[in-house]
Amino acid sequence: MSNTTSQNTKTGFLYLFCGALFGAGLTLSGMTDQNKVLGFLDLFGNWDPSLIFVMAGGIGVTFIGYRIIFKRSSPLWGDAFMLPTSKIIDKNLILGALCFGIGWGLYGYCPGPAIASLALLHWETFLFVAAMIAGMFLQSKQAAYADNKALNPP
Amino acid sequence: MSDIFYNSELALLGGAIIGLSALFMMLFFGRIAGISGIIWNVVQAPKKHFSSSGFFLCGIIIGAICVTYISDVEISPIQSNAFTIVLAGLLVGYGTKLGSGCTSGHGICGISRFSTRSIVATVLFMVSGIATVYVMRHLV
Repeated sequence: MSNTTSQNTKTGFLYLFCGALFGAGLTLSGMTDQNKVLGFLDLFGNWDPSLIFVMAGGIGVTFIGYRIIFKRSSPLWGDAFMLPTSKIIDKNLILGALCFGIGWGLYGYCPGPAIASLALLHWETFLFVAAMIAGMFLQSKQAAYADNKALNPP
Repeated sequence: MSDIFYNSELALLGGAIIGLSALFMMLFFGRIAGISGIIWNVVQAPKKHFSSSGFFLCGIIIGAICVTYISDVEISPIQSNAFTIVLAGLLVGYGTKLGSGCTSGHGICGISRFSTRSIVATVLFMVSGIATVYVMRHLV
Protein backbone atom coordinates (compact mmCIF):
# COMPACT_ATOMS: atom_id res chain seq x y z
CA MET A 1 0.00 0.00 0.00
CA SER A 2 1.42 3.38 -0.96
CA ASN A 3 1.81 6.19 1.54
CA THR A 4 -1.04 8.24 0.08
CA THR A 5 -3.40 5.27 0.15
CA SER A 6 -2.64 4.51 3.78
CA GLN A 7 -2.97 8.19 4.70
CA ASN A 8 -6.31 8.32 2.84
CA THR A 9 -7.49 5.26 4.74
CA LYS A 10 -6.47 6.82 8.06
CA THR A 11 -8.20 10.07 7.11
CA GLY A 12 -11.40 8.25 6.14
CA PHE A 13 -11.44 6.29 9.40
CA LEU A 14 -10.87 9.40 11.48
CA TYR A 15 -13.73 11.25 9.74
CA LEU A 16 -15.94 8.24 10.41
CA PHE A 17 -14.81 8.13 14.04
CA CYS A 18 -15.37 11.90 14.55
CA GLY A 19 -18.84 11.53 13.04
CA ALA A 20 -19.61 8.55 15.29
CA LEU A 21 -18.56 10.54 18.37
CA PHE A 22 -20.74 13.42 17.21
CA GLY A 23 -23.74 11.16 16.57
CA ALA A 24 -23.30 9.38 19.90
CA GLY A 25 -23.06 12.72 21.73
CA LEU A 26 -26.16 14.07 19.99
CA THR A 27 -28.23 10.98 20.78
CA LEU A 28 -27.00 10.71 24.37
CA SER A 29 -27.64 14.39 25.04
CA GLY A 30 -31.31 14.34 24.02
CA MET A 31 -30.87 16.62 20.99
CA THR A 32 -32.43 13.98 18.71
CA ASP A 33 -35.58 13.93 20.86
CA GLN A 34 -37.84 16.49 19.19
CA ASN A 35 -40.20 16.68 22.18
CA LYS A 36 -37.27 17.56 24.37
CA VAL A 37 -36.00 20.17 21.90
CA LEU A 38 -39.42 21.79 21.61
CA GLY A 39 -39.71 21.69 25.43
CA PHE A 40 -36.37 23.49 25.59
CA LEU A 41 -37.65 26.17 23.20
CA ASP A 42 -40.97 26.44 25.09
CA LEU A 43 -39.65 29.16 27.36
CA PHE A 44 -43.12 30.53 28.12
CA GLY A 45 -44.72 27.14 28.72
CA ASN A 46 -43.55 24.02 30.52
CA TRP A 47 -39.87 24.86 30.00
CA ASP A 48 -37.31 22.02 30.04
CA PRO A 49 -33.92 23.72 30.47
CA SER A 50 -31.76 20.58 30.40
CA LEU A 51 -30.52 21.01 26.81
CA ILE A 52 -28.65 24.14 27.85
CA PHE A 53 -26.14 21.65 29.29
CA VAL A 54 -25.44 20.29 25.80
CA MET A 55 -24.19 23.71 24.80
CA ALA A 56 -22.36 24.10 28.10
CA GLY A 57 -20.58 20.75 27.64
CA GLY A 58 -19.75 21.41 23.99
CA ILE A 59 -18.55 24.98 24.50
CA GLY A 60 -16.63 24.05 27.66
CA VAL A 61 -14.64 21.34 25.90
CA THR A 62 -14.01 23.32 22.69
CA PHE A 63 -13.20 26.54 24.53
CA ILE A 64 -10.33 24.89 26.39
CA GLY A 65 -9.31 22.47 23.61
CA TYR A 66 -9.24 25.06 20.80
CA ARG A 67 -6.94 27.25 22.89
CA ILE A 68 -4.44 24.39 23.18
CA ILE A 69 -4.79 23.35 19.50
CA PHE A 70 -4.35 26.92 18.19
CA LYS A 71 -0.89 27.06 19.79
CA ARG A 72 0.12 24.90 16.83
CA SER A 73 0.81 26.58 13.49
CA SER A 74 -1.13 23.98 11.50
CA PRO A 75 -3.37 20.93 11.98
CA LEU A 76 -1.71 17.49 12.22
CA TRP A 77 -2.94 16.27 8.82
CA GLY A 78 -3.51 19.55 6.99
CA ASP A 79 -1.80 22.69 5.80
CA ALA A 80 -3.73 25.32 7.73
CA PHE A 81 -6.61 25.85 10.12
CA MET A 82 -9.67 26.73 8.06
CA LEU A 83 -11.45 29.33 10.16
CA PRO A 84 -14.13 31.76 9.01
CA THR A 85 -12.59 35.22 8.75
CA SER A 86 -15.63 37.44 8.22
CA LYS A 87 -16.55 39.68 11.14
CA ILE A 88 -19.44 41.46 9.46
CA ILE A 89 -22.95 41.06 10.82
CA ASP A 90 -24.82 41.21 7.52
CA LYS A 91 -28.38 40.75 6.38
CA ASN A 92 -27.65 37.16 5.29
CA LEU A 93 -26.46 36.12 8.74
CA ILE A 94 -29.48 37.70 10.45
CA LEU A 95 -32.13 36.45 7.99
CA GLY A 96 -30.50 33.03 7.77
CA ALA A 97 -30.40 32.53 11.54
CA LEU A 98 -34.02 33.72 11.90
CA CYS A 99 -35.24 31.33 9.15
CA PHE A 100 -33.32 28.44 10.65
CA GLY A 101 -34.83 29.12 14.09
CA ILE A 102 -38.37 29.06 12.69
CA GLY A 103 -37.75 25.69 11.01
CA TRP A 104 -36.13 24.35 14.20
CA GLY A 105 -39.10 25.50 16.29
CA LEU A 106 -41.63 24.03 13.83
CA TYR A 107 -40.35 20.47 13.87
CA GLY A 108 -37.60 20.24 16.50
CA TYR A 109 -34.76 19.15 14.23
CA CYS A 110 -31.58 21.06 13.50
CA PRO A 111 -29.24 19.53 10.86
CA GLY A 112 -27.14 17.20 13.07
CA PRO A 113 -30.00 15.51 14.93
CA ALA A 114 -31.94 15.13 11.64
CA ILE A 115 -29.00 13.18 10.14
CA ALA A 116 -28.57 11.12 13.34
CA SER A 117 -32.29 10.28 13.36
CA LEU A 118 -32.07 8.79 9.85
CA ALA A 119 -30.74 5.77 11.76
CA LEU A 120 -34.26 4.98 12.98
CA LEU A 121 -35.63 4.76 9.41
CA HIS A 122 -38.80 6.80 9.85
CA TRP A 123 -40.17 8.33 6.62
CA GLU A 124 -40.71 11.70 8.35
CA THR A 125 -36.97 12.09 8.94
CA PHE A 126 -36.14 11.30 5.31
CA LEU A 127 -38.75 13.83 4.15
CA PHE A 128 -37.27 16.46 6.49
CA VAL A 129 -33.68 15.82 5.35
CA ALA A 130 -34.73 15.92 1.66
CA ALA A 131 -36.52 19.25 2.22
CA MET A 132 -33.50 20.57 4.13
CA ILE A 133 -31.17 19.74 1.24
CA ALA A 134 -33.66 21.30 -1.19
CA GLY A 135 -33.64 24.45 0.95
CA MET A 136 -29.83 24.61 0.73
CA PHE A 137 -29.92 24.29 -3.07
CA LEU A 138 -32.67 26.91 -3.25
CA GLN A 139 -30.48 29.40 -1.37
CA SER A 140 -27.46 28.52 -3.51
CA LYS A 141 -29.43 29.02 -6.76
CA GLN A 142 -30.86 32.30 -5.48
CA ALA A 143 -27.39 33.58 -4.53
CA ALA A 144 -25.97 32.58 -7.94
CA TYR A 145 -28.89 34.34 -9.67
CA ALA A 146 -28.33 37.51 -7.61
CA ASP A 147 -24.57 37.45 -8.33
CA ASN A 148 -25.22 36.98 -12.02
CA LYS A 149 -27.65 39.88 -12.08
CA ALA A 150 -25.14 42.11 -10.27
CA LEU A 151 -22.42 41.20 -12.77
CA ASN A 152 -24.60 41.53 -15.88
CA PRO A 153 -27.14 44.31 -15.31
CA PRO A 154 -29.97 44.31 -17.86
CA MET B 1 -39.81 5.77 28.18
CA SER B 2 -36.61 5.29 30.04
CA ASP B 3 -35.65 8.00 32.45
CA ILE B 4 -31.99 8.08 31.46
CA PHE B 5 -32.63 10.39 28.54
CA TYR B 6 -34.19 13.01 30.69
CA ASN B 7 -31.48 14.37 32.84
CA SER B 8 -29.00 17.14 32.62
CA GLU B 9 -25.96 14.98 33.36
CA LEU B 10 -26.47 13.12 30.09
CA ALA B 11 -26.99 16.41 28.28
CA LEU B 12 -23.67 17.65 29.68
CA LEU B 13 -21.89 14.37 28.84
CA GLY B 14 -23.38 14.31 25.33
CA GLY B 15 -22.37 17.94 24.80
CA ALA B 16 -18.82 17.20 25.95
CA ILE B 17 -18.61 14.26 23.51
CA ILE B 18 -19.80 16.55 20.70
CA GLY B 19 -17.09 18.99 21.78
CA LEU B 20 -14.50 16.22 21.69
CA SER B 21 -15.50 15.39 18.12
CA ALA B 22 -15.12 19.08 17.21
CA LEU B 23 -11.64 19.08 18.80
CA PHE B 24 -10.47 16.10 16.74
CA MET B 25 -11.81 17.78 13.58
CA MET B 26 -9.78 20.91 14.35
CA LEU B 27 -6.62 19.15 15.58
CA PHE B 28 -6.29 16.76 12.62
CA PHE B 29 -8.01 18.54 9.73
CA GLY B 30 -8.18 22.18 10.81
CA ARG B 31 -11.94 22.11 10.30
CA ILE B 32 -14.93 23.47 12.18
CA ALA B 33 -17.44 20.73 13.02
CA GLY B 34 -20.38 22.54 11.47
CA ILE B 35 -22.98 20.04 10.34
CA SER B 36 -24.91 22.24 7.91
CA GLY B 37 -21.66 23.07 6.08
CA ILE B 38 -20.62 19.42 6.03
CA ILE B 39 -24.01 18.39 4.58
CA TRP B 40 -23.69 21.10 1.91
CA ASN B 41 -20.19 19.85 0.97
CA VAL B 42 -21.55 16.37 0.42
CA VAL B 43 -24.65 17.31 -1.57
CA GLN B 44 -23.04 19.90 -3.85
CA ALA B 45 -19.92 17.85 -4.72
CA PRO B 46 -20.55 14.26 -3.57
CA LYS B 47 -17.55 12.66 -5.29
CA LYS B 48 -15.07 15.23 -4.04
CA HIS B 49 -16.25 15.19 -0.41
CA PHE B 50 -17.49 11.64 0.04
CA SER B 51 -14.39 10.25 1.77
CA SER B 52 -14.25 13.18 4.23
CA SER B 53 -17.54 14.97 4.91
CA GLY B 54 -19.52 11.97 3.61
CA PHE B 55 -17.75 9.63 6.02
CA PHE B 56 -18.42 12.09 8.85
CA LEU B 57 -22.18 12.02 8.12
CA CYS B 58 -22.14 8.19 7.92
CA GLY B 59 -20.34 8.25 11.27
CA ILE B 60 -23.12 10.35 12.82
CA ILE B 61 -25.65 7.68 11.84
CA ILE B 62 -23.41 4.88 13.17
CA GLY B 63 -22.92 6.72 16.49
CA ALA B 64 -26.66 7.25 16.78
CA ILE B 65 -27.33 3.56 16.11
CA CYS B 66 -24.78 2.51 18.77
CA VAL B 67 -26.26 4.72 21.51
CA THR B 68 -29.83 3.76 20.58
CA TYR B 69 -28.88 0.08 20.70
CA ILE B 70 -27.05 0.32 24.05
CA SER B 71 -29.65 2.49 25.77
CA ASP B 72 -32.56 0.53 24.29
CA VAL B 73 -34.52 3.74 23.84
CA GLU B 74 -36.02 4.37 20.44
CA ILE B 75 -37.48 7.81 19.85
CA SER B 76 -40.22 8.12 17.25
CA PRO B 77 -40.64 11.37 15.31
CA ILE B 78 -43.32 13.70 16.65
CA GLN B 79 -46.73 13.65 15.00
CA SER B 80 -46.86 16.23 12.28
CA ASN B 81 -48.26 16.62 8.79
CA ALA B 82 -46.10 16.37 5.69
CA PHE B 83 -46.60 20.06 4.92
CA THR B 84 -45.12 21.16 8.26
CA ILE B 85 -42.21 18.72 7.91
CA VAL B 86 -41.35 19.99 4.40
CA LEU B 87 -41.73 23.64 5.42
CA ALA B 88 -39.52 23.10 8.49
CA GLY B 89 -36.90 21.27 6.43
CA LEU B 90 -36.84 23.97 3.76
CA LEU B 91 -36.44 26.71 6.39
CA VAL B 92 -33.65 24.84 8.20
CA GLY B 93 -31.76 24.17 4.95
CA TYR B 94 -32.29 27.62 3.47
CA GLY B 95 -31.56 29.40 6.76
CA THR B 96 -28.39 27.50 7.70
CA LYS B 97 -26.99 27.97 4.17
CA LEU B 98 -27.81 31.70 4.13
CA GLY B 99 -26.60 32.23 7.71
CA SER B 100 -23.48 30.06 7.23
CA GLY B 101 -24.10 27.71 10.13
CA CYS B 102 -26.35 25.91 12.57
CA THR B 103 -26.40 24.82 16.21
CA SER B 104 -23.00 23.11 15.92
CA GLY B 105 -20.96 25.51 13.77
CA HIS B 106 -22.29 28.72 15.30
CA GLY B 107 -23.69 27.47 18.63
CA ILE B 108 -20.69 25.46 19.80
CA CYS B 109 -17.59 25.95 17.62
CA GLY B 110 -18.23 29.65 16.91
CA ILE B 111 -19.20 30.72 20.42
CA SER B 112 -16.14 29.03 21.93
CA ARG B 113 -13.96 31.05 19.53
CA PHE B 114 -15.80 34.23 20.64
CA SER B 115 -16.94 34.86 17.06
CA THR B 116 -19.31 37.83 17.10
CA ARG B 117 -21.14 36.51 14.03
CA SER B 118 -21.74 33.16 15.75
CA ILE B 119 -22.94 34.76 18.98
CA VAL B 120 -25.39 36.95 17.04
CA ALA B 121 -26.58 33.98 14.94
CA THR B 122 -27.08 31.77 18.01
CA VAL B 123 -29.09 34.42 19.86
CA LEU B 124 -31.24 34.98 16.76
CA PHE B 125 -32.02 31.34 16.01
CA MET B 126 -32.80 30.72 19.69
CA VAL B 127 -35.13 33.73 19.76
CA SER B 128 -36.92 32.77 16.54
CA GLY B 129 -37.14 29.14 17.69
CA ILE B 130 -38.65 30.22 21.01
CA ALA B 131 -41.06 32.60 19.22
CA THR B 132 -42.12 29.82 16.81
CA VAL B 133 -42.82 27.35 19.62
CA TYR B 134 -44.73 30.07 21.49
CA VAL B 135 -46.94 30.73 18.47
CA MET B 136 -47.47 27.03 17.70
CA ARG B 137 -48.14 25.90 21.28
CA HIS B 138 -49.80 28.87 22.92
CA LEU B 139 -51.42 30.99 20.19
CA VAL B 140 -52.54 28.68 17.36
